[in-house]
Amino acid sequence: MEIVFALAVGVLAGSGIYLLLRPRTFQVIMGLSLLAYAVNLFIFAMGRLRLGAAPVIDPARGSDPALYADPVPQALVLTAIVIGFATTALFLVVLLASRGLNGTDHVDGREPDKE
Amino acid sequence: MALILIVLFPFLGSLCAAFLPSNARNAEAWLAGIASFASCAILLGLYSDVAAEGVLRTTLPWAPALGLGISLRMDGFAWLFALMVTGMGTLVVVYARYYMSPSDPVPRFFSFFLAFEGSMLGIVLSGHLIQMAMFWELTSIVSFMLIAYWHNRGEARRGARMALIVTGAGGLALFGGVLLLGHIAGGYDLDTVLAAAWVIQGHPWYPAALALIALGALTKSAQFPFHFWLPHAMAAPTPVSAYLHSATMVKAGVFLLARLWPVLAGTDAWFWVVGGAGLCSLVIGGYLAIFQQDMKGVLAYSTISHLGLITLLLGMNSPLALVAAVFHMVNHATFKASLFMAAGIVDHETGTRNLQRLSGLYRAMPITATLAMVAAAAMAGVPLLNGFLSKEMFFAETIFLSRPDWQRIGLPLAATLAGMFSVAYSLRFIHQVFFGPPADDLPHTPHEPTRWMLLPSALLVMACVLVGIFPELTVSPFLRIATDSILGSDAPAYSLAIWHGLNLPLFMSLAAMVGGTVLYRAFLWRTGTTVPLLDRIDGKRAFDWLLTALARGAERVMQRLSSSRLQMQLLVLFGIALGGALGPVLMQGTSWGARATTPADPAFALLWLVGAVCALAVAWQAKFHRLAALIFSGGAGLATSLTFVWFSAPDLALTQLTVEVVTAVLILLGLRWLPRRKMNYATGQEPATTTRLRRLRDVLLAAACGLGMASLTYAMLTRPDLGGISPFFIEQSLPRGGGLNVVNVILVDFRGFDTFGEITVLAIVALTVFALLRRFRPAPESVPLPHQQREQDAAAGLDAEHVADPAAKLPGGYMMLPAVLVRLLLPLAMLISLFFLLRGHDAPGGGFVGGLVLATAVILQYLVGGTVWVESHLRIHPLYWIAAGLLSAAAAGTGALLAHAPFLTSRAWHGALPLIGELHLSSVLLFDLGVYMLVVGATILMLVAIAHQSLRSHHRKTSGGPP
Repeated sequence: MEIVFALAVGVLAGSGIYLLLRPRTFQVIMGLSLLAYAVNLFIFAMGRLRLGAAPVIDPARGSDPALYADPVPQALVLTAIVIGFATTALFLVVLLASRGLNGTDHVDGREPDKE
Repeated sequence: MALILIVLFPFLGSLCAAFLPSNARNAEAWLAGIASFASCAILLGLYSDVAAEGVLRTTLPWAPALGLGISLRMDGFAWLFALMVTGMGTLVVVYARYYMSPSDPVPRFFSFFLAFEGSMLGIVLSGHLIQMAMFWELTSIVSFMLIAYWHNRGEARRGARMALIVTGAGGLALFGGVLLLGHIAGGYDLDTVLAAAWVIQGHPWYPAALALIALGALTKSAQFPFHFWLPHAMAAPTPVSAYLHSATMVKAGVFLLARLWPVLAGTDAWFWVVGGAGLCSLVIGGYLAIFQQDMKGVLAYSTISHLGLITLLLGMNSPLALVAAVFHMVNHATFKASLFMAAGIVDHETGTRNLQRLSGLYRAMPITATLAMVAAAAMAGVPLLNGFLSKEMFFAETIFLSRPDWQRIGLPLAATLAGMFSVAYSLRFIHQVFFGPPADDLPHTPHEPTRWMLLPSALLVMACVLVGIFPELTVSPFLRIATDSILGSDAPAYSLAIWHGLNLPLFMSLAAMVGGTVLYRAFLWRTGTTVPLLDRIDGKRAFDWLLTALARGAERVMQRLSSSRLQMQLLVLFGIALGGALGPVLMQGTSWGARATTPADPAFALLWLVGAVCALAVAWQAKFHRLAALIFSGGAGLATSLTFVWFSAPDLALTQLTVEVVTAVLILLGLRWLPRRKMNYATGQEPATTTRLRRLRDVLLAAACGLGMASLTYAMLTRPDLGGISPFFIEQSLPRGGGLNVVNVILVDFRGFDTFGEITVLAIVALTVFALLRRFRPAPESVPLPHQQREQDAAAGLDAEHVADPAAKLPGGYMMLPAVLVRLLLPLAMLISLFFLLRGHDAPGGGFVGGLVLATAVILQYLVGGTVWVESHLRIHPLYWIAAGLLSAAAAGTGALLAHAPFLTSRAWHGALPLIGELHLSSVLLFDLGVYMLVVGATILMLVAIAHQSLRSHHRKTSGGPP
């Protein structure tokens, strides 16, 4: 399980980073969302992988931390997902404005001198 | 407490002055005068305490845990200097009241003037080296504002900038110097440092500390070779020059040298650095002063020369020379300030300061002339005036120098030469302005100024005379407590007398008098504008050249080392991140941990096989097939969501899923504004080799980073969980948060403040998106409808210009059926979103998820019904939702304040109501409701703003102009 999880994070991060290094704004926005998946999974994994742990407290079983999934990384990631959405929206609008203003979708706002 | 008031009064006055109306000249002057005089009066009152106790200290704790506080310390020397600063400040305020023109913005002047006075007092009274360096910087900055007071004049701006750069750079050096000094001494308190003289001088860092501190002091005091800024600072209003460039700012440097004299002086290095700079300034400044054409120019160079004298005295490593130096600091302040005032009066009444145009003013302004003559005589060192006394002490010191022969003979000669220069320029200053035939081509007809303008100058001249005739009765006790406080038990016995008998210093004085007069008579009738011998050496030119060279060099370095290209910056960023992570691994090695792994599940592996393929496909297709890339990215997101479910995080899975939907819609809406990609491969054109190499490089870097992330994740996953703070939240969730869903309790209760910040960010982003899109102008090629839409419209029999009928019950055409479905869906979605919101505290759900669900349902209406149709049937005001959400969350927080609990403390009420039954109400629900409403508002605002663009460009096309 752990090795699959680790590889998943690696593939997401690698694809995301490759896209971030591309010259077109749409590639960068896709790269950002892939990298965001990778980072969110990574933070989430800080609570370690456990199967079958209850996420919600069952009053009948008491509140022994060993019984439940780690809530802190979950709270962090939940925040990160929402903020990531906001970032994506902002970036999308900036890239649209840049495209409208400069007539190009290159990340530098102008076509490179030689491609 | 009194010490704090001394420093505080000018700053308070400065603050008040800044808010007075710009024509309140009298109110300003009264305020400034009272603030200065109040500090001065407190100082006078403290004299007996200082004389009796030696040192007064006050410490105001600021951050006691870090050992930080405001530490003030006043000994005799600081007292004398502070008295000079405040006393002179009061006099200059009176003078400035009549000097400044009614059209000048006076509040700015007095505000900065008082701020300067406060900063200067801060330097003088600081008991802590770093605090002193801070006030030191403050004087540099405020003096910049004062020199550039008439900022519409180019010379004022240039002079101010030069002064700021030179003294600011010196300040930086000084800061480094005091850091070294404090480190060597083992503390930054002045008392600690002053007690560590032996440690400091024996330390290998002593030369560095000395050099840096000397750099700070010499730049501030306009000493050779940094003297060139002072003449250019003469573009300041004359009251500023009278205050800053005679008594305070330039004296800060010599003050510091004297302050640290006990710990730094006594070495050869000190002699050469400080004494050498002093001697050069003394001679060169005096020589240059002779040839100036501007009255203030003469005074500026003579200030350089006299400060050189003080610096030289400090550099001579003898206690008696130190006494002479402190004495000359006071004397120079009195006569130089009064001379500056005289120059200002002449400028004010005649309209010029040019020595060649001025002549014969004695008849028109006899009082001014008399005052200037006495002050100039003091500057020249004429007997019975204060300048004579300190100059005699200086001459005496040069003779008794215990150094090798050539220095013992050379120094008195140089001193006599400088004395001659001093006599010559003083003579020229007076003779050219006040004597000779009356000038008839002056801009104004000269006459005496108002009495109040003469009063400050007269008081200073009176001080010169009184000190000159009765030194023992007037200045002696004050001078003695000052020098005693510096020298301690080593203080030498001395007497301030006019007559010491016929001795060598007296002959040197006589030689200077006669030589100076002859020099003036013989050579200086001529009115050349060039300076013989030294004309080619111009500090300003060197300074300008240096600045230009620095700017050019920096530009070149930037070109080499930096890039404005995002790709290059990101490449470097990831490269460094990779290297930074790889370095420790390669050096120390690493291994996987020992934690038992969970058994592998083929389904999970399959899930991520799909996920990985999706991720790679995004990377592959994002350039040419945007829609495909977006779909694949959704696939990767889905795999992420499922992973969250797999490992017991239902809240995350829900949020991820809804965000996924909203993001996809958002990007879909944006897609149509992006340019068509030219497909090189479709035309058979191969990409260039450099492009391929670049891609290969990026692939390798990305693969390395991905591999790194994977190994990091695996290394972390195989190590045991350290627990951390999670058990606290799990244990306290029910008893203190009243909720079973720990994640939700953390978000809305334990860490509610973070969430409050987060939703605020979300609101700001939504508003930014909205604002950015209001000015959005699409590229011309994106304006026509996409061809798919045109084809569909044509198939449905609609013309290209059709507009949806807002009055129709249902959208017409092929969208009718889906429209019926999504209309039925809307109330259901509302119900579900409320369900998620309400149960969030005890079961997966919450404000975020609920809000996103509702937003999705609304967007669906837009997608299917079209913007025009939806908005004619359903008015949503996203801005109101955002505002209501923020207010609701804030109300939930402030409610706690009313109950005297910290912000966002949750309050709950549990009881039973008729009809409804048992009910649990909590402020947390109000907070979560705020989150819910804000998420709905922000999401809809963003999506609708983008969706409206199509409509706007449609309008633009049909009506021929922007809506």
